[in-house]
Amino acid sequence: MIPLGRKSTGASRLWRTKAATTALLILFLIYSLLPIYYLVVSATKDNATLFSSFGLWFASSFHAFSNLHDLFAYDNGVYVNWLWNTAYYSVSSALGAAFLSTIAGYAFAKYRFPGSTFWFAVILGSIMVPQTALVIPTYFLLSKIALIDTPLAVILPSLVSPFGVYLMRVYAEQSVPDDLLDAARVDGAGELRIFWSVAFRVLVPGFVTVLLLSFVATWNNYFLPLVVLSTPELYPLTTGLASWNALAAAGGGAHSLYPLVITGALVAVVPIIFAFLFLQRYWQGGLTFGSLKD
Amino acid sequence: MFLLPFLILFALFLVLPLAYAFGLSIFEERLVGGSTFVGADNYLHALRDGAFWAGIRRMVTFGVFQIPVMLGLALVFALVLDSGLVWFRSMFRLGFFLPYAVPSVVAALIWGYLYGPTFGPFTQLAHYVGVPPPNFLSESWMLASIANIVTWEFVGYNMIILYAALQAIPSELRDAGAVDGARAWQIALYIKIPLIVPALLLTCIFSIIGTLQLFNEPSILQPLARGVIIQSYTPNFYAYGLAFTNQEYNYSAAVSFAIGAVVVVGSYVFMLATNRGRISR
Repeated sequence: MIPLGRKSTGASRLWRTKAATTALLILFLIYSLLPIYYLVVSATKDNATLFSSFGLWFASSFHAFSNLHDLFAYDNGVYVNWLWNTAYYSVSSALGAAFLSTIAGYAFAKYRFPGSTFWFAVILGSIMVPQTALVIPTYFLLSKIALIDTPLAVILPSLVSPFGVYLMRVYAEQSVPDDLLDAARVDGAGELRIFWSVAFRVLVPGFVTVLLLSFVATWNNYFLPLVVLSTPELYPLTTGLASWNALAAAGGGAHSLYPLVITGALVAVVPIIFAFLFLQRYWQGGLTFGSLKD
Repeated sequence: MFLLPFLILFALFLVLPLAYAFGLSIFEERLVGGSTFVGADNYLHALRDGAFWAGIRRMVTFGVFQIPVMLGLALVFALVLDSGLVWFRSMFRLGFFLPYAVPSVVAALIWGYLYGPTFGPFTQLAHYVGVPPPNFLSESWMLASIANIVTWEFVGYNMIILYAALQAIPSELRDAGAVDGARAWQIALYIKIPLIVPALLLTCIFSIIGTLQLFNEPSILQPLARGVIIQSYTPNFYAYGLAFTNQEYNYSAAVSFAIGAVVVVGSYVFMLATNRGRISR
Protein backbone atom coordinates (compact mmCIF):
# COMPACT_ATOMS: atom_id res chain seq x y z
CA MET A 1 0.00 0.00 0.00
CA ILE A 2 2.64 2.50 0.97
CA PRO A 3 4.90 2.14 -2.11
CA LEU A 4 1.83 2.28 -4.26
CA GLY A 5 0.77 5.51 -2.57
CA ARG A 6 4.22 7.04 -3.13
CA LYS A 7 4.16 6.06 -6.72
CA SER A 8 0.83 7.73 -7.25
CA THR A 9 1.99 10.98 -5.61
CA GLY A 10 4.96 10.95 -7.98
CA ALA A 11 2.60 10.54 -10.89
CA SER A 12 0.33 13.26 -9.61
CA ARG A 13 3.30 15.58 -9.21
CA LEU A 14 4.20 14.95 -12.82
CA TRP A 15 0.57 15.57 -13.71
CA ARG A 16 0.56 18.86 -11.81
CA THR A 17 3.78 20.03 -13.48
CA LYS A 18 2.34 19.23 -16.87
CA ALA A 19 -0.89 21.02 -16.04
CA ALA A 20 1.00 24.11 -14.90
CA THR A 21 3.26 24.32 -17.96
CA THR A 22 0.35 23.62 -20.28
CA ALA A 23 -1.69 26.38 -18.64
CA LEU A 24 1.23 28.79 -19.04
CA LEU A 25 1.61 27.95 -22.70
CA ILE A 26 -2.13 28.23 -23.27
CA LEU A 27 -1.97 31.80 -21.97
CA PHE A 28 0.69 32.62 -24.52
CA LEU A 29 -1.19 30.75 -27.22
CA ILE A 30 -4.17 33.03 -26.59
CA TYR A 31 -1.85 36.03 -26.96
CA SER A 32 -0.43 34.61 -30.19
CA LEU A 33 -3.79 33.89 -31.74
CA LEU A 34 -5.79 36.85 -30.41
CA PRO A 35 -4.83 39.30 -33.19
CA ILE A 36 -5.60 36.73 -35.87
CA TYR A 37 -8.92 35.97 -34.20
CA TYR A 38 -9.62 39.71 -34.04
CA LEU A 39 -8.88 40.00 -37.74
CA VAL A 40 -11.31 37.21 -38.57
CA VAL A 41 -14.06 38.66 -36.36
CA SER A 42 -13.59 42.19 -37.66
CA ALA A 43 -13.71 41.04 -41.27
CA THR A 44 -17.36 40.14 -40.69
CA LYS A 45 -18.34 43.69 -39.74
CA ASP A 46 -19.29 46.72 -41.77
CA ASN A 47 -18.05 50.16 -40.86
CA ALA A 48 -20.92 50.95 -38.48
CA THR A 49 -20.72 47.72 -36.49
CA LEU A 50 -16.93 47.89 -36.45
CA PHE A 51 -17.29 50.97 -34.29
CA SER A 52 -20.44 50.06 -32.38
CA SER A 53 -19.94 46.37 -31.51
CA PHE A 54 -17.41 44.84 -29.13
CA GLY A 55 -14.18 44.22 -31.03
CA LEU A 56 -13.56 40.69 -29.80
CA TRP A 57 -16.98 39.32 -30.60
CA PHE A 58 -19.20 39.10 -33.69
CA ALA A 59 -21.77 41.79 -34.36
CA SER A 60 -25.43 40.98 -34.80
CA SER A 61 -25.18 41.42 -38.55
CA PHE A 62 -22.80 39.49 -40.80
CA HIS A 63 -20.95 41.38 -43.53
CA ALA A 64 -18.07 39.12 -44.53
CA PHE A 65 -19.40 38.55 -48.04
CA SER A 66 -20.29 42.16 -48.71
CA ASN A 67 -16.83 43.11 -47.40
CA LEU A 68 -15.21 40.66 -49.79
CA HIS A 69 -17.31 42.00 -52.63
CA ASP A 70 -16.41 45.60 -51.78
CA LEU A 71 -12.76 44.65 -51.36
CA PHE A 72 -12.50 43.31 -54.89
CA ALA A 73 -14.65 46.07 -56.38
CA TYR A 74 -13.18 49.12 -54.68
CA ASP A 75 -11.21 51.55 -56.85
CA ASN A 76 -11.77 49.49 -60.02
CA GLY A 77 -10.64 46.33 -58.33
CA VAL A 78 -7.14 47.54 -57.52
CA TYR A 79 -6.94 44.90 -54.77
CA VAL A 80 -7.04 42.17 -57.41
CA ASN A 81 -4.01 43.85 -58.98
CA TRP A 82 -2.21 43.81 -55.64
CA LEU A 83 -3.00 40.17 -55.08
CA TRP A 84 -1.81 39.27 -58.53
CA ASN A 85 1.32 41.47 -58.25
CA THR A 86 2.23 39.93 -54.90
CA ALA A 87 1.92 36.45 -56.31
CA TYR A 88 3.84 37.42 -59.44
CA TYR A 89 6.69 39.15 -57.56
CA SER A 90 6.91 36.41 -54.94
CA VAL A 91 6.87 33.47 -57.31
CA SER A 92 9.38 34.92 -59.77
CA SER A 93 11.69 36.19 -57.00
CA ALA A 94 11.50 32.88 -55.19
CA LEU A 95 12.17 30.76 -58.27
CA GLY A 96 15.03 33.01 -59.35
CA ALA A 97 16.58 33.33 -55.91
CA ALA A 98 16.33 29.62 -55.22
CA PHE A 99 17.87 28.74 -58.56
CA LEU A 100 20.73 31.26 -58.29
CA SER A 101 21.43 30.23 -54.69
CA THR A 102 21.45 26.57 -55.63
CA ILE A 103 23.96 26.88 -58.45
CA ALA A 104 26.13 29.30 -56.49
CA GLY A 105 26.03 27.18 -53.36
CA TYR A 106 26.80 24.09 -55.41
CA ALA A 107 29.78 25.84 -57.00
CA PHE A 108 31.15 26.86 -53.61
CA ALA A 109 30.66 23.38 -52.21
CA LYS A 110 32.02 21.30 -55.08
CA TYR A 111 34.62 23.35 -56.93
CA ARG A 112 37.91 24.83 -55.83
CA PHE A 113 38.72 27.96 -57.76
CA PRO A 114 40.90 31.00 -57.11
CA GLY A 115 39.23 33.42 -54.73
CA SER A 116 36.49 31.02 -53.67
CA THR A 117 37.19 31.52 -49.97
CA PHE A 118 37.31 35.27 -50.42
CA TRP A 119 34.04 35.45 -52.33
CA PHE A 120 32.28 33.22 -49.90
CA ALA A 121 33.45 35.38 -46.99
CA VAL A 122 32.15 38.48 -48.79
CA ILE A 123 28.77 36.84 -49.39
CA LEU A 124 28.58 35.64 -45.81
CA GLY A 125 29.39 39.13 -44.54
CA SER A 126 26.71 40.65 -46.74
CA ILE A 127 24.01 38.72 -44.87
CA MET A 128 24.40 41.35 -42.21
CA VAL A 129 24.08 44.35 -44.53
CA PRO A 130 20.73 45.87 -43.63
CA GLN A 131 18.09 46.50 -46.27
CA THR A 132 18.12 50.19 -45.42
CA ALA A 133 21.60 50.66 -46.68
CA LEU A 134 20.62 49.04 -49.98
CA VAL A 135 17.08 50.08 -50.81
CA ILE A 136 17.50 53.83 -51.06
CA PRO A 137 20.63 53.71 -53.26
CA THR A 138 18.97 50.97 -55.33
CA TYR A 139 16.17 53.44 -55.97
CA PHE A 140 18.59 56.01 -57.37
CA LEU A 141 20.40 53.44 -59.49
CA LEU A 142 17.21 51.97 -60.91
CA SER A 143 15.83 55.40 -61.75
CA LYS A 144 18.97 56.03 -63.82
CA ILE A 145 18.22 53.06 -66.03
CA ALA A 146 14.46 53.75 -66.14
CA LEU A 147 13.59 50.58 -64.23
CA ILE A 148 11.98 52.43 -61.37
CA ASP A 149 8.26 51.85 -60.94
CA THR A 150 8.35 48.57 -62.88
CA PRO A 151 7.90 44.99 -61.59
CA LEU A 152 11.61 44.36 -62.25
CA ALA A 153 12.48 46.99 -59.64
CA VAL A 154 11.01 44.68 -57.00
CA ILE A 155 12.04 41.35 -58.52
CA LEU A 156 15.68 41.96 -59.45
CA PRO A 157 16.93 43.02 -55.99
CA SER A 158 14.94 40.16 -54.44
CA LEU A 159 16.88 37.61 -56.49
CA VAL A 160 20.01 38.17 -54.44
CA SER A 161 19.85 35.96 -51.36
CA PRO A 162 23.23 35.62 -49.64
CA PHE A 163 21.63 33.52 -46.92
CA GLY A 164 20.27 31.20 -49.61
CA VAL A 165 23.77 30.72 -51.01
CA TYR A 166 25.10 29.92 -47.56
CA LEU A 167 22.29 27.45 -46.96
CA MET A 168 22.78 25.72 -50.31
CA ARG A 169 26.51 25.49 -49.86
CA VAL A 170 26.11 23.68 -46.56
CA TYR A 171 23.37 21.55 -48.03
CA ALA A 172 25.37 20.62 -51.13
CA GLU A 173 28.42 19.77 -49.03
CA GLN A 174 26.39 17.36 -46.95
CA SER A 175 24.13 15.81 -49.54
CA VAL A 176 26.05 15.55 -52.82
CA PRO A 177 28.76 12.89 -52.55
CA ASP A 178 31.96 13.65 -54.47
CA ASP A 179 32.10 10.01 -55.61
CA LEU A 180 28.84 10.48 -57.43
CA LEU A 181 30.21 13.46 -59.34
CA ASP A 182 33.49 11.69 -60.09
CA ALA A 183 31.65 8.64 -61.36
CA ALA A 184 29.65 10.84 -63.72
CA ARG A 185 32.87 12.52 -64.87
CA VAL A 186 34.47 9.19 -65.59
CA ASP A 187 31.43 8.40 -67.71
CA GLY A 188 32.31 11.48 -69.70
CA ALA A 189 29.45 13.74 -68.68
CA GLY A 190 30.02 17.51 -68.89
CA GLU A 191 29.82 19.64 -65.75
CA LEU A 192 26.49 21.21 -66.74
CA ARG A 193 25.00 17.83 -67.49
CA ILE A 194 26.30 16.48 -64.17
CA PHE A 195 24.66 19.33 -62.33
CA TRP A 196 21.30 18.89 -64.04
CA SER A 197 20.98 15.17 -64.08
CA VAL A 198 22.93 14.18 -60.98
CA ALA A 199 23.42 16.93 -58.43
CA PHE A 200 20.22 18.90 -58.79
CA ARG A 201 18.02 15.93 -57.95
CA VAL A 202 19.78 15.53 -54.65
CA LEU A 203 19.59 19.26 -54.01
CA VAL A 204 15.82 19.57 -54.48
CA PRO A 205 14.86 19.66 -50.76
CA GLY A 206 17.34 22.51 -50.16
CA PHE A 207 16.07 24.23 -53.28
CA VAL A 208 12.50 24.07 -51.98
CA THR A 209 13.57 25.49 -48.62
CA VAL A 210 15.24 28.51 -50.22
CA LEU A 211 12.24 28.83 -52.53
CA LEU A 212 9.88 28.97 -49.59
CA LEU A 213 12.00 31.38 -47.55
CA SER A 214 12.41 33.76 -50.50
CA PHE A 215 8.73 33.48 -51.34
CA VAL A 216 7.74 34.53 -47.84
CA ALA A 217 10.36 37.29 -47.74
CA THR A 218 9.07 38.82 -50.97
CA TRP A 219 5.43 38.30 -50.05
CA ASN A 220 6.00 40.19 -46.80
CA ASN A 221 8.38 42.81 -48.13
CA TYR A 222 7.21 46.36 -47.66
CA PHE A 223 10.21 48.67 -47.65
CA LEU A 224 11.52 47.84 -51.13
CA PRO A 225 8.19 48.14 -53.03
CA LEU A 226 7.32 51.25 -51.02
CA VAL A 227 10.48 52.92 -52.27
CA VAL A 228 10.73 51.68 -55.86
CA LEU A 229 7.05 51.70 -56.88
CA SER A 230 4.79 54.73 -57.20
CA THR A 231 1.91 53.51 -59.38
CA PRO A 232 -0.80 52.00 -57.13
CA GLU A 233 -1.66 49.41 -59.81
CA LEU A 234 1.85 47.95 -59.42
CA TYR A 235 1.78 47.73 -55.61
CA PRO A 236 1.95 44.42 -53.80
CA LEU A 237 -0.50 43.78 -50.95
CA THR A 238 1.69 45.21 -48.20
CA THR A 239 2.20 48.59 -49.82
CA GLY A 240 -1.40 48.71 -51.03
CA LEU A 241 -2.91 47.93 -47.63
CA ALA A 242 -0.62 50.48 -46.00
CA SER A 243 -1.83 53.14 -48.43
CA TRP A 244 -5.48 52.31 -47.64
CA ASN A 245 -4.71 52.39 -43.93
CA ALA A 246 -3.20 55.86 -44.28
CA LEU A 247 -6.29 56.98 -46.22
CA ALA A 248 -8.67 55.47 -43.66
CA ALA A 249 -6.83 57.05 -40.74
CA ALA A 250 -6.80 60.42 -42.48
CA GLY A 251 -10.52 60.49 -41.69
CA GLY A 252 -13.40 62.07 -43.57
CA GLY A 253 -15.32 59.92 -46.01
CA ALA A 254 -12.45 57.45 -46.14
CA HIS A 255 -13.53 56.05 -42.75
CA SER A 256 -15.48 53.41 -44.62
CA LEU A 257 -12.13 52.00 -45.75
CA TYR A 258 -11.44 50.29 -42.42
CA PRO A 259 -13.50 47.17 -43.20
CA LEU A 260 -11.68 46.92 -46.53
CA VAL A 261 -8.24 47.19 -44.91
CA ILE A 262 -9.21 44.50 -42.40
CA THR A 263 -10.74 42.16 -44.96
CA GLY A 264 -7.84 42.81 -47.32
CA ALA A 265 -5.36 42.01 -44.54
CA LEU A 266 -7.13 38.74 -43.84
CA VAL A 267 -7.12 37.74 -47.51
CA ALA A 268 -3.42 38.62 -47.69
CA VAL A 269 -2.56 36.42 -44.72
CA VAL A 270 -4.48 33.29 -45.72
CA PRO A 271 -2.21 32.06 -48.57
CA ILE A 272 0.95 32.53 -46.55
CA ILE A 273 -0.47 30.70 -43.55
CA PHE A 274 -1.42 27.82 -45.81
CA ALA A 275 2.03 27.81 -47.36
CA PHE A 276 3.49 27.48 -43.88
CA LEU A 277 1.10 24.81 -42.70
CA PHE A 278 1.54 22.57 -45.71
CA LEU A 279 5.25 23.01 -46.21
CA GLN A 280 6.24 22.75 -42.54
CA ARG A 281 9.02 20.29 -43.22
CA TYR A 282 10.80 22.72 -45.50
CA TRP A 283 10.64 25.94 -43.56
CA GLN A 284 11.63 24.23 -40.36
CA GLY A 285 14.61 22.86 -42.23
CA GLY A 286 15.54 26.33 -43.42
CA LEU A 287 15.08 28.16 -40.15
CA THR A 288 16.99 25.65 -38.13
CA PHE A 289 19.80 24.96 -40.53
CA GLY A 290 21.93 27.97 -39.67
CA SER A 291 21.79 27.33 -35.96
CA LEU A 292 22.57 23.66 -36.10
CA LYS A 293 25.58 24.09 -38.27
CA ASP A 294 28.07 25.83 -36.06
CA MET B 1 30.37 29.21 -64.51
CA PHE B 2 27.74 28.23 -61.92
CA LEU B 3 28.66 31.19 -59.82
CA LEU B 4 28.51 33.86 -62.47
CA PRO B 5 24.76 34.63 -62.54
CA PHE B 6 24.64 35.09 -58.81
CA LEU B 7 27.82 37.13 -58.67
CA ILE B 8 26.60 39.49 -61.39
CA LEU B 9 23.36 40.20 -59.54
CA PHE B 10 25.23 40.32 -56.26
CA ALA B 11 27.50 42.98 -57.70
CA LEU B 12 24.61 44.91 -59.24
CA PHE B 13 22.18 44.90 -56.33
CA LEU B 14 24.41 44.62 -53.31
CA VAL B 15 27.90 45.90 -54.00
CA LEU B 16 26.95 48.64 -56.42
CA PRO B 17 24.20 50.21 -54.26
CA LEU B 18 26.55 50.20 -51.29
CA ALA B 19 29.30 51.83 -53.30
CA TYR B 20 26.84 54.28 -54.79
CA ALA B 21 25.45 55.20 -51.37
CA PHE B 22 28.95 55.79 -50.17
CA GLY B 23 29.65 57.91 -53.24
CA LEU B 24 26.51 59.97 -52.71
CA SER B 25 27.32 60.42 -49.08
CA ILE B 26 30.60 62.20 -49.70
CA PHE B 27 29.07 64.75 -52.08
CA GLU B 28 26.61 67.53 -51.60
CA GLU B 29 24.08 68.93 -54.04
CA ARG B 30 24.43 72.72 -54.15
CA LEU B 31 22.11 75.14 -55.89
CA VAL B 32 25.12 76.74 -57.48
CA GLY B 33 27.81 74.51 -58.89
CA GLY B 34 25.88 71.19 -58.71
CA SER B 35 27.50 68.26 -57.00
CA THR B 36 30.46 69.15 -54.81
CA PHE B 37 32.86 66.86 -53.04
CA VAL B 38 32.48 67.44 -49.31
CA GLY B 39 34.34 64.45 -47.87
CA ALA B 40 33.10 63.46 -44.44
CA ASP B 41 30.89 66.54 -44.01
CA ASN B 42 27.62 64.60 -44.26
CA TYR B 43 28.83 62.12 -41.66
CA LEU B 44 29.97 64.91 -39.36
CA HIS B 45 26.55 66.44 -39.86
CA ALA B 46 24.95 63.14 -38.80
CA LEU B 47 27.18 63.01 -35.71
CA ARG B 48 25.89 66.43 -34.70
CA ASP B 49 22.30 65.71 -35.73
CA GLY B 50 20.18 65.50 -32.60
CA ALA B 51 17.27 63.87 -34.46
CA PHE B 52 19.51 61.07 -35.75
CA TRP B 53 20.90 60.37 -32.29
CA ALA B 54 17.46 60.49 -30.71
CA GLY B 55 16.44 57.76 -33.16
CA ILE B 56 19.51 55.66 -32.31
CA ARG B 57 18.86 56.14 -28.59
CA ARG B 58 15.24 55.09 -29.07
CA MET B 59 16.35 51.91 -30.84
CA VAL B 60 18.94 51.09 -28.18
CA THR B 61 16.31 51.53 -25.45
CA PHE B 62 13.98 49.38 -27.50
CA GLY B 63 16.58 46.65 -27.98
CA VAL B 64 17.73 46.60 -24.36
CA PHE B 65 14.21 45.79 -23.19
CA GLN B 66 12.56 44.03 -26.10
CA ILE B 67 15.30 41.57 -27.12
CA PRO B 68 15.81 39.99 -23.66
CA VAL B 69 12.04 39.68 -23.12
CA MET B 70 11.48 38.13 -26.54
CA LEU B 71 14.44 35.75 -26.40
CA GLY B 72 13.72 34.91 -22.76
CA LEU B 73 10.18 33.86 -23.64
CA ALA B 74 11.40 31.96 -26.69
CA LEU B 75 14.00 30.13 -24.59
CA VAL B 76 11.56 29.19 -21.83
CA PHE B 77 9.01 27.89 -24.33
CA ALA B 78 11.65 25.98 -26.26
CA LEU B 79 12.89 24.37 -23.03
CA VAL B 80 9.38 23.47 -21.90
CA LEU B 81 8.54 21.93 -25.27
CA ASP B 82 11.85 20.09 -25.34
CA SER B 83 11.47 18.73 -21.80
CA GLY B 84 8.24 17.01 -22.77
CA LEU B 85 6.62 18.20 -19.53
CA VAL B 86 3.64 19.62 -21.36
CA TRP B 87 0.64 18.44 -23.36
CA PHE B 88 -0.28 19.39 -26.94
CA ARG B 89 3.31 20.07 -27.99
CA SER B 90 2.77 20.32 -31.73
CA MET B 91 -0.25 22.59 -31.25
CA PHE B 92 1.88 25.05 -29.27
CA ARG B 93 4.72 24.87 -31.75
CA LEU B 94 2.45 25.75 -34.64
CA GLY B 95 0.36 28.28 -32.74
CA PHE B 96 3.35 30.24 -31.45
CA PHE B 97 4.93 30.24 -34.87
CA LEU B 98 1.83 31.40 -36.72
CA PRO B 99 2.41 35.14 -36.12
CA TYR B 100 5.70 34.84 -38.02
CA ALA B 101 3.70 33.96 -41.13
CA VAL B 102 1.78 37.23 -40.82
CA PRO B 103 3.48 40.00 -42.81
CA SER B 104 4.80 42.66 -40.44
CA VAL B 105 2.68 45.25 -42.24
CA VAL B 106 -0.46 43.28 -41.47
CA ALA B 107 0.73 42.60 -37.91
CA ALA B 108 1.22 46.33 -37.34
CA LEU B 109 -2.20 47.05 -38.85
CA ILE B 110 -4.01 44.54 -36.62
CA TRP B 111 -2.24 45.64 -33.47
CA GLY B 112 -2.73 49.28 -34.45
CA TYR B 113 -6.48 48.68 -34.58
CA LEU B 114 -6.41 46.65 -31.36
CA TYR B 115 -4.62 49.55 -29.66
CA GLY B 116 -6.88 52.13 -31.28
CA PRO B 117 -8.77 54.72 -29.22
CA THR B 118 -11.95 54.60 -31.36
CA PHE B 119 -12.86 50.97 -31.97
CA GLY B 120 -10.02 49.12 -30.24
CA PRO B 121 -11.30 46.41 -27.88
CA PHE B 122 -9.04 47.53 -25.02
CA THR B 123 -10.59 50.99 -25.11
CA GLN B 124 -14.05 49.43 -25.33
CA LEU B 125 -13.34 47.23 -22.30
CA ALA B 126 -12.02 50.19 -20.32
CA HIS B 127 -15.17 52.17 -21.12
CA TYR B 128 -17.30 49.20 -20.12
CA VAL B 129 -15.54 48.79 -16.78
CA GLY B 130 -15.48 52.53 -16.33
CA VAL B 131 -11.74 53.15 -16.08
CA PRO B 132 -9.81 55.63 -18.22
CA PRO B 133 -8.80 53.84 -21.47
CA PRO B 134 -5.10 53.17 -21.91
CA ASN B 135 -3.73 55.19 -24.80
CA PHE B 136 -1.35 52.70 -26.36
CA LEU B 137 -0.66 55.03 -29.26
CA SER B 138 0.46 57.97 -27.10
CA GLU B 139 4.02 59.17 -26.97
CA SER B 140 4.81 57.51 -23.66
CA TRP B 141 3.38 54.13 -24.69
CA MET B 142 4.41 53.98 -28.33
CA LEU B 143 7.80 52.33 -27.96
CA ALA B 144 6.34 49.64 -25.70
CA SER B 145 3.45 49.18 -28.14
CA ILE B 146 5.85 48.63 -31.03
CA ALA B 147 7.95 46.31 -28.85
CA ASN B 148 4.83 44.24 -28.21
CA ILE B 149 4.17 43.91 -31.95
CA VAL B 150 7.74 42.82 -32.66
CA THR B 151 7.68 40.38 -29.74
CA TRP B 152 4.39 38.94 -30.97
CA GLU B 153 5.84 38.42 -34.44
CA PHE B 154 9.15 36.83 -33.47
CA VAL B 155 8.85 34.82 -30.23
CA GLY B 156 7.72 31.76 -32.16
CA TYR B 157 10.37 32.14 -34.82
CA ASN B 158 13.15 32.32 -32.23
CA MET B 159 11.56 29.52 -30.27
CA ILE B 160 11.72 27.23 -33.31
CA ILE B 161 15.43 27.98 -33.81
CA LEU B 162 16.21 27.30 -30.14
CA TYR B 163 13.96 24.25 -30.04
CA ALA B 164 15.77 22.73 -33.01
CA ALA B 165 19.11 23.34 -31.30
CA LEU B 166 17.79 21.65 -28.15
CA GLN B 167 16.55 18.68 -30.12
CA ALA B 168 20.02 18.26 -31.58
CA ILE B 169 21.59 17.74 -28.14
CA PRO B 170 22.82 14.13 -27.98
CA SER B 171 20.58 12.03 -25.78
CA GLU B 172 23.55 10.67 -23.74
CA LEU B 173 24.04 14.16 -22.35
CA ARG B 174 20.41 14.56 -21.35
CA ASP B 175 20.28 11.10 -19.84
CA ALA B 176 23.47 11.66 -17.86
CA GLY B 177 21.76 14.49 -16.00
CA ALA B 178 18.62 12.47 -15.42
CA VAL B 179 20.60 9.55 -14.03
CA ASP B 180 22.34 11.86 -11.57
CA GLY B 181 18.89 12.73 -10.30
CA ALA B 182 18.87 16.29 -11.57
CA ARG B 183 15.51 18.04 -11.81
CA ALA B 184 14.21 19.14 -15.19
CA TRP B 185 15.07 22.79 -14.53
CA GLN B 186 18.58 21.87 -13.41
CA ILE B 187 19.16 19.89 -16.60
CA ALA B 188 17.88 22.89 -18.54
CA LEU B 189 20.08 25.39 -16.74
CA TYR B 190 23.33 23.46 -16.45
CA ILE B 191 23.28 21.13 -19.44
CA LYS B 192 20.97 22.36 -22.15
CA ILE B 193 21.41 26.14 -22.12
CA PRO B 194 25.24 26.04 -22.26
CA LEU B 195 24.98 23.66 -25.22
CA ILE B 196 22.74 25.93 -27.27
CA VAL B 197 24.75 29.12 -26.76
CA PRO B 198 25.60 29.28 -30.50
CA ALA B 199 21.91 29.23 -31.42
CA LEU B 200 21.18 31.84 -28.74
CA LEU B 201 23.89 34.09 -30.17
CA LEU B 202 22.46 33.67 -33.65
CA THR B 203 18.99 34.72 -32.53
CA CYS B 204 20.55 37.60 -30.62
CA ILE B 205 22.40 38.89 -33.68
CA PHE B 206 19.35 38.61 -35.90
CA SER B 207 17.34 40.51 -33.30
CA ILE B 208 19.91 43.30 -33.03
CA ILE B 209 20.04 43.65 -36.82
CA GLY B 210 16.25 43.72 -36.96
CA THR B 211 15.95 46.31 -34.22
CA LEU B 212 18.44 48.70 -35.77
CA GLN B 213 16.52 48.75 -39.02
CA LEU B 214 13.00 48.94 -37.63
CA PHE B 215 10.81 50.52 -40.27
CA ASN B 216 7.54 48.76 -41.09
CA GLU B 217 5.83 49.03 -37.70
CA PRO B 218 6.44 52.76 -37.16
CA SER B 219 5.58 53.42 -40.79
CA ILE B 220 2.20 51.68 -40.47
CA LEU B 221 1.40 53.15 -37.07
CA GLN B 222 2.30 56.68 -38.12
CA PRO B 223 -1.10 57.55 -39.68
CA LEU B 224 -2.87 56.01 -36.67
CA ALA B 225 -0.86 58.06 -34.20
CA ARG B 226 -0.28 61.36 -35.85
CA GLY B 227 2.41 63.51 -34.29
CA VAL B 228 3.74 60.70 -32.09
CA ILE B 229 5.83 58.94 -34.72
CA ILE B 230 7.98 61.72 -36.03
CA GLN B 231 10.08 61.52 -39.15
CA SER B 232 13.19 60.64 -37.16
CA TYR B 233 11.46 58.06 -34.93
CA THR B 234 13.83 55.29 -36.00
CA PRO B 235 17.10 55.81 -37.91
CA ASN B 236 15.77 53.82 -40.86
CA PHE B 237 12.56 55.82 -40.97
CA TYR B 238 14.68 58.97 -40.80
CA ALA B 239 16.80 57.95 -43.80
CA TYR B 240 13.61 57.27 -45.76
CA GLY B 241 12.08 60.61 -44.81
CA LEU B 242 15.28 62.48 -45.65
CA ALA B 243 15.38 60.97 -49.12
CA PHE B 244 11.73 61.05 -50.14
CA THR B 245 10.18 63.88 -48.11
CA ASN B 246 13.07 66.30 -47.71
CA GLN B 247 14.87 65.27 -50.92
CA GLU B 248 18.19 65.48 -49.09
CA TYR B 249 19.61 62.59 -51.08
CA ASN B 250 23.23 62.99 -50.12
CA TYR B 251 22.55 63.32 -46.43
CA SER B 252 20.09 60.43 -46.56
CA ALA B 253 22.75 58.27 -48.21
CA ALA B 254 25.18 59.17 -45.43
CA VAL B 255 22.60 58.27 -42.77
CA SER B 256 21.66 54.94 -44.35
CA PHE B 257 25.30 54.07 -44.97
CA ALA B 258 26.05 54.93 -41.35
CA ILE B 259 23.22 52.64 -40.16
CA GLY B 260 24.57 49.87 -42.35
CA ALA B 261 28.05 50.36 -40.95
CA VAL B 262 26.75 50.41 -37.37
CA VAL B 263 24.85 47.17 -37.96
CA VAL B 264 27.76 45.34 -39.60
CA VAL B 265 30.37 46.59 -37.12
CA GLY B 266 27.98 46.08 -34.22
CA SER B 267 27.18 42.46 -35.05
CA TYR B 268 30.83 41.77 -35.80
CA VAL B 269 31.95 43.17 -32.45
CA PHE B 270 29.18 41.25 -30.74
CA MET B 271 30.38 38.02 -32.33
CA LEU B 272 34.00 38.69 -31.49
CA ALA B 273 33.18 39.58 -27.90
CA THR B 274 31.01 36.52 -27.34
CA ASN B 275 33.50 34.24 -29.08
CA ARG B 276 36.33 35.42 -26.92
CA GLY B 277 34.17 34.97 -23.84
CA ARG B 278 33.53 31.41 -24.81
CA ILE B 279 37.14 30.56 -25.48
CA SER B 280 38.45 32.05 -22.24
CA ARG B 281 35.91 30.12 -20.19
